[in-house]
Amino acid sequence: MEHYYQPEIECASRDQIRAWQGERLAKTVKRVYENVEFYRKRMDEMGVKPEDIQSVDDLHKLPFLTKDDLRDAYPYGLLAAPLSECVRIQSTSGTTGRRVVAFYTQHDLDLWEECCARAIAAAGGTNEDVVHVCYGYGLFTGGPGLNGGSHKIGSLTLPMSSGNTERQIQFMCDLGSTILCCTPSYAAYLAESIWERGLQDQIKLKAGIFGAEAWTEEMRRDIEEKLGIKAYDIYGLTEISGPGVSFECSEQTGMHINEDHFIAEVINPKTGEVLPDGEKGELVFTSITKEAFPLIRYRTRDICILSHEKCSCGRTHVKMTKPLGRSDDMLIVKGVNVFPSQIETVLLNQGYPANYQIIVDRHHNSDTIEVQVEMTPEMFSDNAGVVSAREKKLVDALKAMLGIFVKVKLVNPKTITRSEGKAVRVIDRRNLYQG
Amino acid sequence: MTVKQISVFVENTAGKLAELTEYLHQHDIDMRALSIAETQDFGIVRIIVDDAYKTSQVLKEAGYVASITPVLAVEMPDEPGSLFKILKLLGDGGINLEYMYAFLTHKESTAYMVLRVADNEKAAEILSKKGIHTVCQDAVARL
Repeated sequence: MEHYYQPEIECASRDQIRAWQGERLAKTVKRVYENVEFYRKRMDEMGVKPEDIQSVDDLHKLPFLTKDDLRDAYPYGLLAAPLSECVRIQSTSGTTGRRVVAFYTQHDLDLWEECCARAIAAAGGTNEDVVHVCYGYGLFTGGPGLNGGSHKIGSLTLPMSSGNTERQIQFMCDLGSTILCCTPSYAAYLAESIWERGLQDQIKLKAGIFGAEAWTEEMRRDIEEKLGIKAYDIYGLTEISGPGVSFECSEQTGMHINEDHFIAEVINPKTGEVLPDGEKGELVFTSITKEAFPLIRYRTRDICILSHEKCSCGRTHVKMTKPLGRSDDMLIVKGVNVFPSQIETVLLNQGYPANYQIIVDRHHNSDTIEVQVEMTPEMFSDNAGVVSAREKKLVDALKAMLGIFVKVKLVNPKTITRSEGKAVRVIDRRNLYQG
Repeated sequence: MTVKQISVFVENTAGKLAELTEYLHQHDIDMRALSIAETQDFGIVRIIVDDAYKTSQVLKEAGYVASITPVLAVEMPDEPGSLFKILKLLGDGGINLEYMYAFLTHKESTAYMVLRVADNEKAAEILSKKGIHTVCQDAVARL
């Protein structure tokens, strides 16, 4: 039996969805044109007036928005509601260390939490469930999003946040958690830890909602088998709201995008041309119900394919594949966005040469990231303690910039390959993107 | 009265130290002493050689990161208690050791201790007052 949170919306006719989208898009474009100088200027430059946008078919007339635009507008440049109406900020890392902040009114929080509630319901969640959230809380959207969604459903919510595996497992056993929400790599780690302690018969989990990083089908089966659950994928990004922009249903063949709130397009990342269903390209979102921070045609840099094929779950909203790659060089390590340019900034600030290599790998379902830096005469000393202290200072600076531990490996000079043309800065050994 | 220690950065990877010593061998460099300070992923190889200038030049040419540090090479009788005597003098004189290592030469009943301290002059003075010699680079080349 398929569970829905808002069946009348989730299973609405395509005509109904299109009608909602047209009406809400027109309203949102009018709103940003009137309230945000940035949009007004861009639209004026292109000679587009709010009245020109009446249906989804008019969307292509509007300009794209990029992460650089968000960074340049930091912090209030894209705010479309008075600050007095905003009640929350969430944030994500930007390309050069400057963060991107997203604002929410109470209305925006409600719709975001509804989206997460749909995801929990699709995983079988009801008010009888105990939802165990070990995504991080705070500026990261993972914890607050699923937490809010669980409240909407009326499930008992355990706001565990990340880390402290011992306590996670104890609460899971003692309080009978039934739905686990975390990154897939942490789920795999928890599964292993539970088996190591021989507690697999004491957990009552039935489903997991895992997102914020790429994972393979093989990893899914492994987690499902070890925890005796069904594992569902969830997708989202802070700029658009957070987790719950799209989510998987029981069919597990892609994630339904909440189209009553977000219009999805797939474009050719080089030309900007909108691609038809079934073609691989960059995902672009327009949020059509948000008050504080609506984004128009935001380029996510995630590569995926859209499909309107009928789904056995009964939902009518378009499905997207898992991200199949990126159209920029962003890496997702332990669920955290990492741009090579951020690492480069830290290296240069600390006096290291710009010749470096980033090696990302996954051991026992846990991501590792190592930065190889060439030794220089300035950094060297005959005292190993002095060199180690400098190395530690670099590790600390990287942690401050990225929020995760990055292993630093000092290597002999001229050992990092200097390729002709574009340097190979990143070696990702995880092979996470399928298809 | 100091000798020139050459310190070389070496990655902690199989074969790297062999590579370095092969290179020194190819350039006919004679080592008097060697010690390694190791961490998890790199090592610092410290050597005392016959020709410090030549060694630092050839290492540089090969792309190694290396430095020259003046250190004390203390001559002492090769018998129990010698090291204690030296360390006691330095300790009483408030001299802190960063690291040290020993070597022997063809010279019978004599041992040498390389000492890395912050103030070479002060340490040498304390030792020489008690008749303990530190050798110079030229003397090391001849040992």
